[in-house]
Amino acid sequence: MTFRARHLLGIEHLAPEEIRTVLDLSEKYVELNQRTVKHEDALRGMTQINMFFESSTRTQASFELAGKRLGADVMNMAMQHSSVKKGETLIDTALTLNAMHPDLLVVRHPASGAVDLLAQKVNCAVLNAGDGRHEHPTQALLDALTIRRAKGRIQRLTVAICGDIAHSRVARSNLILLGKMENRIRLIGPTTLMPSGIAEFGCEVYEDMREGLKDADVVMMLRLQKERMDGGFIPSEREYYHRYGLDAEKLAHAKEDAIVMHPGPMNRGVEIDGELADDINRSVIQDQVEMGVAVRMACMDLLARNLRAERGRQAVGVMV
Amino acid sequence: MTTLLTNTRLIDPEAGTDNLGALLIEDGLISGLGDVKAPKGATVIDCGGKCLAPGIVDLGVKIGEPGERHKESFRSAGLAAAAGGVTTIIARPDTNPAIDTPETLEFVTRRAAEASPVRIRHMAALTKGREGREMTEIGFLLDAGAIAFTDCDHVVTDTKVLSRALTYAKSLNALVMGHPQEPMLSAGAASTSGKFASLRGLPGVSPMAERIGFDRDMGMVEMTGAKYHFDQITTARALPPLERAKANGFDVTAGTSIHHLTLNEFDVGDYRTFFKVKPPLRSEDDRIAVVEAVASGLIDIISSMHTPQDEESKRLPFEDAASGAVALETFLPAAMRLYHAGQLTLPQLFRAMALNPARRLGLPQGRLAVGAPADLVLFDPDVPFVLDRFALRSKSKNTPFDGQRMEGRVLGTWVAGMRVFGGE
Repeated sequence: MTFRARHLLGIEHLAPEEIRTVLDLSEKYVELNQRTVKHEDALRGMTQINMFFESSTRTQASFELAGKRLGADVMNMAMQHSSVKKGETLIDTALTLNAMHPDLLVVRHPASGAVDLLAQKVNCAVLNAGDGRHEHPTQALLDALTIRRAKGRIQRLTVAICGDIAHSRVARSNLILLGKMENRIRLIGPTTLMPSGIAEFGCEVYEDMREGLKDADVVMMLRLQKERMDGGFIPSEREYYHRYGLDAEKLAHAKEDAIVMHPGPMNRGVEIDGELADDINRSVIQDQVEMGVAVRMACMDLLARNLRAERGRQAVGVMV
Repeated sequence: MTTLLTNTRLIDPEAGTDNLGALLIEDGLISGLGDVKAPKGATVIDCGGKCLAPGIVDLGVKIGEPGERHKESFRSAGLAAAAGGVTTIIARPDTNPAIDTPETLEFVTRRAAEASPVRIRHMAALTKGREGREMTEIGFLLDAGAIAFTDCDHVVTDTKVLSRALTYAKSLNALVMGHPQEPMLSAGAASTSGKFASLRGLPGVSPMAERIGFDRDMGMVEMTGAKYHFDQITTARALPPLERAKANGFDVTAGTSIHHLTLNEFDVGDYRTFFKVKPPLRSEDDRIAVVEAVASGLIDIISSMHTPQDEESKRLPFEDAASGAVALETFLPAAMRLYHAGQLTLPQLFRAMALNPARRLGLPQGRLAVGAPADLVLFDPDVPFVLDRFALRSKSKNTPFDGQRMEGRVLGTWVAGMRVFGGE
């Protein structure tokens, strides 16, 4: 078992064996979460602060539940309404919180790189719960776990990621993770929603969704932000649905047993057909939510182990 | 006062030569060159075979007076310049308030003269408040000593306003400096679009925004006949139209910044905000193309684009952090990277850092010639050191070269024959 990271800032910093370690440990927590008594002591006595500078219901709930099930004291701070509005800088906020001696800091921020910046200023473990358009590592890990459980492996699969790639941190993290695990990645979407330099990413790019879905094992849909819909990046919602909305007809181009994923929250009838999203034979969207809690438990458990070890070394004065 | 500098490599950007010799200074002017003997009573300084070049004329330095004196004052900028071998600072008007009236221009001229050991000349805004709506009093400002007119990084988007301002400036033979950039396309951008920006999740601008801005400005120059300088050309795509513009005989010149010549987009690494400059750092291909354009003379001028920012403006998420880097003291050692890489010779560098900017602005500086002002820099291009940003004389310490190995040290700086740095 290998997991050396001090913080979980992005998939970029994880080695393939570290990713496997997270997934293996997550399996244990999936099992725990299905019991009636869902409790462990991995984080007992530790303080976890969830700092969300951007509103979130699902991710925050998932992190909160994960911490509580592992015995941490969890505090939620909705930062978008607080001192930030009074002009306090991110670093001052971080230093203030740091003085309260948290052990785990879960951070979501609208600016790319903001979580990295914050991690430099605190002496606890920092988990990136999404920074701007940069990374959302726990989402990629939970997607990987979902795929591995559905497909029996997380290698040599053809994965189609479809939608607003340019603005999606979920796409970024998944792209890196699936690449590290040696999968074939296809990106599908209108050119206006593709990031620049996409040709150098080592994936295949398709504008035609049917073509892109051909023989895919996994179809990953992305949420289209409302503010990007009207004329800015795409002409209209209905044109988008017509060309890039996933329905049974388009899905038929993928492999027969292809699974359908979505990080949520879904816009039914914009990027995905409602009936298809609920089809328990194809859609693993509910599984993703379930895996989310387990993966976050595993990540926090591993980071807490490293934190304890590091503090132990500091206490006995060993040079790190 | 008479001084003889002997045993020195004379870097002559006009002749393109680099020969051992001596240089005589009398009454603030260069009075002898090459094989000169010390007249009676002269102070003789043995330069130990090090390089002597005309002092740098730095076109486009931001100083925080008025408005942001905590970031940089005329005193701190002047001391930094002296230590960096910059003998003439051409200050930018993007202060708060902008230098857009004869009164503010007189204020900064007086402050600069009191506080700085090196020469400081001032540019004035082209439009009031740099807002792009009404032209400034170009005539009065010229009378008060404005050396050029620019709204700095604010692009005058209203072409009617710009055409009138350029026509008026043309009638007074005033030089206008513009920032080639299409502002709508680059709005919100923190980096150059491409793989790196996409991986980091940073909003990027296409390098074409510079070319589009260039083409528009060239159209305005063709229409008005104005004397025009592009402050920073940083992309390969803007070079062919620049070449055409020059070949067609328009009175245009182009500059670039030392940071765009020595750094590329990857240097940003893990969101290091000291590498956030305007325009953003470019790809390595662009960097090399621009270095070659300086070597060929297509790009005339290298500037430091010295932009002091305090810690608070930089200790922010990358997108929110302020742009700009201090460079007065790192200008010469950074330029030595290009020399040591074999990309530019010392005469070529000083042509772009001293001779061309002085010529373009109508100043007598920038030359190693009898009768030219004795504004000089003595330096050793080979001294290695590791830069410590807290050792900089600028009030702001936002340099991208912090902790980096550099080569090239200024040993002495003279302004009008007076030594303002180095020595005893």
